[in-house]
Parts: sequence; C-alpha cells; structure tokens
Amino acid sequence: MRSSNLAASSTGVPISRQSLEASSPRYGEKAIFVFLAACAALSVGVTTAIIISLILPTIDFFGQVSFERFFLDTVWAPRQATGRFGVWPVVVGTLNIVIWALAVAIPVGLASAIYLSEYAGPRVRKVVKPTLEVLAGIPTVAIGLFAFFALRPAAEIALPFLDWSSIFSVGVAGVAVGLMIVPLVASISDDAMRAVPRALREGAYGLGANKLKVSLRVVFPAAMSGIIASIVLAGSRAVGETMVVYIAAGRTPNLTFDPTESVQTMTAYIAGTATGDIPTGTLDYDTIFAVGSLLFVMTLGLNILAIRLVRRFREAYE
Amino acid sequence: MTADPIIPSTGRTRLAAAGARAVTEEALRGGQTRDRLTSALFLSMLLLGVSVALLSLAAILVWSIVEGAPRLDLKMITNAPSTLRPHEAGFRTALLGSLLVVGGVIALVVPVGVGAAVYLEEYANRGRWWNRLIELNIQNLAGVPSIVFGILGLAFIVRGPLSLGFVAAAGSLTLALLVLPTVIIAAREAIRAVPPSIREGALALGATRWQTIRRQVLPAAMPGVLTGIILAVARATGEAAPLLLVGAVTFTTVNPSLFDGAYSTLPVQIFNYSNRPQAEFRVLAVAGVIVMLGLVLAMNSFAVWLRNRFEQSW
Repeated sequence: MRSSNLAASSTGVPISRQSLEASSPRYGEKAIFVFLAACAALSVGVTTAIIISLILPTIDFFGQVSFERFFLDTVWAPRQATGRFGVWPVVVGTLNIVIWALAVAIPVGLASAIYLSEYAGPRVRKVVKPTLEVLAGIPTVAIGLFAFFALRPAAEIALPFLDWSSIFSVGVAGVAVGLMIVPLVASISDDAMRAVPRALREGAYGLGANKLKVSLRVVFPAAMSGIIASIVLAGSRAVGETMVVYIAAGRTPNLTFDPTESVQTMTAYIAGTATGDIPTGTLDYDTIFAVGSLLFVMTLGLNILAIRLVRRFREAYE
Repeated sequence: MTADPIIPSTGRTRLAAAGARAVTEEALRGGQTRDRLTSALFLSMLLLGVSVALLSLAAILVWSIVEGAPRLDLKMITNAPSTLRPHEAGFRTALLGSLLVVGGVIALVVPVGVGAAVYLEEYANRGRWWNRLIELNIQNLAGVPSIVFGILGLAFIVRGPLSLGFVAAAGSLTLALLVLPTVIIAAREAIRAVPPSIREGALALGATRWQTIRRQVLPAAMPGVLTGIILAVARATGEAAPLLLVGAVTFTTVNPSLFDGAYSTLPVQIFNYSNRPQAEFRVLAVAGVIVMLGLVLAMNSFAVWLRNRFEQSW
C-alpha cells in the first residue's frame, strides 16, 4: 500500500485529493447572509432615522425660540399668538406622573417580586407570574378609560376631603400608570433575586437567620442593581406613557404638584397637537419635535442606565 | 448545680454566669415571638402587594364587562362609526383597519425580526464593534416611547423620504418598527436556547450554514419565536398613541384600504368615542374595550400557553 503510493508519486502521476473548499461558490448562502445582516442593520437605521427626524425640526425650533425662552420660562402656551414656550409645566406634569406611578409600582412590584422569588411555591408561581404578565399586556387605552371612568370617581368617594373640581386628575392617572408598570418591576426584580446564588441564602439560614432576614438583608441587597434597574426602567416607561395620561390627566399645562389637578405631560402635548393635520415647517410642527427630542433624551438616559445596571447583576452571578 | 470545669467556681463568677444565662435566654425567647410577629406582618404585606396587582387586573376586566355590556352586540361590529347616532354606531371600519394594519405589521416584522435575530445569533462575531452596536441599539430601541415612533412615522413615513401620506400602510410600517425589538429579542433568546450540538451535528453531516439554520435551528426555536411574534402582534393591536400621529384619527365610514384613503383602528376608535360628551358613546367605547381586551388577552394567553407547552429542556 505504502510502497505503491510512493511509487505513484515518484512517477509523477497526480493523486486526486479532494479539496476542502466548497464545490460551488454558494451564492445563495452569501445572498442570505447579506439579507440577514441587512435586517439587523435596519434596527440601527431606525435609530438613525429617529434621531434625524427629531433633530432637524428641533434645530429649526431653536432658530425661532431661544434656549432661555424654552428652559427658563414657566408658562407653556405655544399655540397662542404671543407664544410662550417655557417647557417646565409639561416636564413637571410628566414628573408628577412618574412620582405617583413609582409610589404605586415600587411597593407593589417589589412585594410581588419578593413573594414570587422567596415565598411562593412553584405552583403558586406558575399561576401568579403569567397573570401579572397579562396585566402588562392590557392596552393602554383600556387602562386610561378605566382610570378616567372608574378610578377617578372611586378616588372622589374614597378621599372626599380633597378638592375634586377638575374632571381630570394627575394623581389618578399616575396611579393607573403605576399599576401598568407593576409587572415590569416585579418581573425584572424577581429575575434579579432568583439570580442570587442559593449558597448565600443557605449561609444566612445556617447562621440562624429566618426567612424575613434572608429576604431583606441578604437577597434584597445582593439583587440591588437588578432591582434599581427595574425601577429605572419602570420610570422610563412612565415618562413615555401616552394614552393613560392623555385620557385621565387632561390637557391643561399646569405647574403644580396637586394630585387632583389636571396637567399636560410631554407625551400628551405631542399626542394632542400632532393629531391635527399641521403643515410641515410651521412653529407648531417644530414644537412637537422639540418636546419629542427632550422626551427621547430623557428616556434614552434612563434606559442606558438600566441596561448598565442589569449587565452588572448578570456579570456578578452568572 | 454542678461545678463548671472551666470557670473557677467562686461565688462571684457563679452569679455572673447565672445572670448572663438568664439575659440570653430572655433575649432569645422574647426575640423569637417578636420575630414571628414581624415575619407574619412582612408576609402579609407581601401578600397585600400581590393581591393589589391581581385585584386591579380583575377590576379592569370586571369594570369593562359591566360598563360595556349594554352595547356588546352584533351591531357594534357590523355597523360603521357615526358621530350622530350613538345607538347605531359601531366599529366596523375600525376593526377592518386594525386587521389591515396588523396584517401589515406581521408581514413586515416576521421576516425582518427573525432575520435580524438569526444574524445576531448565528453569524455575528461579537468581537466586532458593529455587531455590539447593533445589539446595544436594539436594547435601547426597545425602551423608546411609542409616541416617539409616532413622531418618526410622521416625519419619515407620512411625510419626508417615504411620503406615503396618512394611509393604513404608514400605520403598519410605524407599528412594525415599534414592535421590531420585541420580536428580535424574543427570537434571539429562542435561537440561543438551541444547543450547539444540534448545529454541529448538521454541519458535520455536510449541511451548509443556512441549511443548518433552516432545517434544524429554526424549527427547534419555533415555539419561542412564535411566542415573541404573538406578543408583538398583541401589542400592535392595542397600541394607539403612535397611530394618532400617523393619521388614524378620522371618523371614516368607508372600509379602509392599504395605500389609499382614511383609516382608523380599534383602539383609536375607542379613544375617539370616549372623547364624545354623550353617555351612549362612552358605553360604546367600553364595549369596544371588551372586544379589544378579548382579542389581546386571547393572543397573550395563547403565547403563554405555547411557551409552556413547547418549552424544551435539552
């Protein structure tokens, strides 16, 4: 065998050796690769398009309205003849919503998360967690109508000593947004707490701690970055929420922290102004984009913070 | 009491030891009852939190059914919207609009979303900066408020480069971009869960990369991918805010078409009805909420069922 091989090569007869290269150029494979890469690149295109579509009219806007008139004034009346462009009333309106929403979502969401991760048995968990996810899936229009037609009258009955003269209420709208983001806080915090290794819990039990101490003093601090991430993400969701606040918090720009008052949030301003067919290039049109830019920057900042925090808890325990 | 071998048994030390023991026992016993009390209190607060969340979900469902029941009839589905006759008004054109818009979303988002997920999981080299950029970008895109996608739709799709005008196709495209990150993230997770041995086996048998993905990886990941798509479609069905900006506001009485004429969708129509002063329209709006919740919750539960039913552990 060996000798014949040698003989063959010495006589110069070429050995047919099969190439490891593909037998055809496989253009189909390459085309598919290009298509898939284009799909992934499209997402970057979307972000770029968002930024471009926000920035260009915003530059136009600040060409007509100075920074001082936007950031240092406290009256928001952009559609009047003598337009006032102080953005604070709509920013504070949004802040109001975020405060009330987090006041509901943090205790309820964290209680649900601790219960699901530390106390609930697998059977209870298997029912409760998907049910909470259903709450997250309810369309915001439905939650808005519920807040406006059901929660607002209920709040009037429950708290008769407050002044309920306005049919809109930023407090009620904020609570409704809070209920909507409870599943977000619960589910991310639950994930973070379940990522805490068992050994930490067992060590604490071994030292004589009870379940309460293990949950609050060991698991909770160990999962802190994930828990904060969930709250930041929920805050960002509350900032960007539109329909609930548009329906239940009203449309009057109002620099107030009174929960029974009507306010206008940034999102409600955009939704309310852009529904009409306003011509491109007018100041009205540009104002929408200026407020939109501010909204985009705020939520982007919160999201980046949350992504970093989530990455930290993943790195720590996985 | 016997003499302690370690502590010299003088009167003083005996007294001190007895005192210390008493204090410790006292603290332990008292501490236990207090601990039990605080533990019970803590657990009841947790249960209170969970029940607030679950009860509010129940409250929304019960409220909508009680409020909307008087107008929950066939007329509301078959009749066109009307601003004048609340008893005759319905959701027909809005339902057809939703069907059209959501159909468009599915057609756009399924190939692009799954394609992007396959690229990121199967082809992308994570060491390259552009692939990390795409990943970070998708995570951020998932957190962009829906109304900002409305602004994008207004500036880029209705006007600007695409200039489609206020038509259903513009609404479809806007919502498709909105739910794209949801599909990509879910599909990636499903593809990542397929073990490498499946791919290695196929490649070793001489399959090309795409054949491996097409015949092995995607079928194995299908339940997870489908779950993500259904959740995205449910979200698109209930979404109203971005559509307000891309033209779905009109009280249209003509059945919509994709590239021509006015359109509306179910959530936008519900919002419009709820804005009218008459109580009859309010009831009609809530009846619309029942239909919408029925559709969206059916999709969501199907997605959850699908995930649980076909969840594979390799």
